[in-house]
Amino acid sequence: MPEPPPPAQPSPPQNPHEAVAPTGSGGAADLAMTEAETLEGGGRTAAGNVHNKPRSLWSDAWRELRRNPVFIISAALILFLVVISLWPQLIVSTNPLHCELAKSQAGREPGHPFGFDTQGCDVYARTVYGARASVTVGICATLGVALLGSLVGGLAGFFGGWADALLSRAADIFFGIPVILGGLVFLSVVTSSTVWPVVGFIVLLGWPQIARIARGAVITAKQHDYVQAARALGASNGRMLLRHVAPNAVAPVIVVATIALGTYIALEATLSFLGVGLRPPTVSWGIDISNAAAQIRNAPHMLLWPAGALSLTVLAFIMLGDAVRDALDPKLR
Amino acid sequence: MGRYVIRRLLQMIPVFIGSTFLIFIMVYALGDPVAALFGDRAPDPATAARIRAELYLDQPLWKQYLHYMGQIFRGDFGTAFNGQPVLDLMVTAFPITIRLTLIAVVIEMIIGIVLGVVSGLRRGRSVDTTLLFLTLIVISVPTFVTGYLLQFLFGVKWGIVRPSVSTDATFGELLLPGVVLALVSLAYVTRLTRTSIVENVRGDYVRTARAKGLPRRRVIVRHLLRNSLIPVVTFIGTDIGALMGGAIVTERIFNIHGVGFQLYQGILRNNAPTVVGFVTVLVIVFLLANLIVDLLYAVLDPRIRYA
Repeated sequence: MPEPPPPAQPSPPQNPHEAVAPTGSGGAADLAMTEAETLEGGGRTAAGNVHNKPRSLWSDAWRELRRNPVFIISAALILFLVVISLWPQLIVSTNPLHCELAKSQAGREPGHPFGFDTQGCDVYARTVYGARASVTVGICATLGVALLGSLVGGLAGFFGGWADALLSRAADIFFGIPVILGGLVFLSVVTSSTVWPVVGFIVLLGWPQIARIARGAVITAKQHDYVQAARALGASNGRMLLRHVAPNAVAPVIVVATIALGTYIALEATLSFLGVGLRPPTVSWGIDISNAAAQIRNAPHMLLWPAGALSLTVLAFIMLGDAVRDALDPKLR
Repeated sequence: MGRYVIRRLLQMIPVFIGSTFLIFIMVYALGDPVAALFGDRAPDPATAARIRAELYLDQPLWKQYLHYMGQIFRGDFGTAFNGQPVLDLMVTAFPITIRLTLIAVVIEMIIGIVLGVVSGLRRGRSVDTTLLFLTLIVISVPTFVTGYLLQFLFGVKWGIVRPSVSTDATFGELLLPGVVLALVSLAYVTRLTRTSIVENVRGDYVRTARAKGLPRRRVIVRHLLRNSLIPVVTFIGTDIGALMGGAIVTERIFNIHGVGFQLYQGILRNNAPTVVGFVTVLVIVFLLANLIVDLLYAVLDPRIRYA
């Protein structure tokens, strides 16, 4: 089975009659075949006395993660980003919206280590405050996409038949729209300057990606004997889905969602760069980069700092997703 | 094979209708195009009503949609609100974007697959780790940042290429924008090829081929690569649509008058026929690319048969 293609990119429609199941199910099959307890059992329990009881996929993954330097670095970076997006005052004392035109495009000076932009605003303050918009969009959009996607994909995979056909075609429809074009058309109507229209738009076009992964994983998980056993014991559909299928199908969704988080942050910046994402006075790296790009010959520092911060943030989330995938996919061990 | 193609084409119809109708709704929710036509002045109600009737805008949305689709299949994409036929705009814009996409796809295919094979065959060595790390960085830096940086470095600082592309948009001029457009996908292709090679290099058939005494090159190209390319082909196929849509950013940076430029202008000026026309064609391209990918599977892997 092929490795699941990278999440930022679309893959062809998946349906059981097709020759190859292109996404998701490869990793899912292996994950589901691994001896896996339920979610609650694994995770953070002490790994020291593992000889006594069988280790679950989750405690295995956690042991793997803690020894992985990539995970430690990216997790520390993300923790730092979350903290400064909650309390930017911790490391910045200047107001990002306070600007002095006299200092337009000036270089660094004491108290302003990154210099000033065209409007004379402090680039350091704007770079730090810009984290909030990006992290908020990334996390909220990922939560929305993961919830909607796994709900739709899970139901489609579990019930099959008509529901599956209908939901899969609906996913195809949203998949058929190029993301940046859709964003330009859809978001140019919106006049709100909050992050919510951007989040809503990403959820609207992003859910089919997770839905496909979840569908494949649920189809694999529901064919296992323990699910048949639960059915034979008279468990209701809801109980089977929640207690038996979902815990064994959730791993691929988590992996794809973590990597997607980084790409959503990049997408938000791209939309803001094109002038349809976030709008001033929201401080956003995309807007700052767009403003700085015209001045790149005179004042490259205006472009480099927000661009560097943006790239580092995306990198941190993609690295985290990579580490989580390596830990959860036993095939790569 | 023939039946499979027909079934896939039939399956494409509802998806095509759904996607284009969604775009149609979005565009017409943009606002009143007749008001946009008059700019800042308030339109005379009688004239506005006449224009509305002429442009079919007084009908309910679904009727407008059917009317529009009927025209498209007769090869008539309508007229932009400034009087230019949309088809004329397409005839000038699409060849440029297709050239750009072609350059990008060729770059990502050749370099991506070569790097992926090199990396996958030396799994765990320093070449592999370096390449993996480099691709991560390339994926993390958004296209518009790399675009401006490369434009600044190659176009302004070192003066190797001209920083903006002329209206002819020849292959030579599009080389740098093509690289910028390809970069992120190139990194994905490298990683995908590597993963696939790593999985397959342990396969029995590779050992057999080696044991037969086949030269290393032949084992890699004919046996290993052919079996490893399926996920890569899937990715590149679906990427063609994404690249043509994503070209909007690259085209803006390098001032290329392609599809992205026309679309951007259309959206800024509320020019619904241009936007709907271009997006419809892009959706068709995207769906066809997916179909071709599915058919290519059979060429790459003879075990796959289409009933």
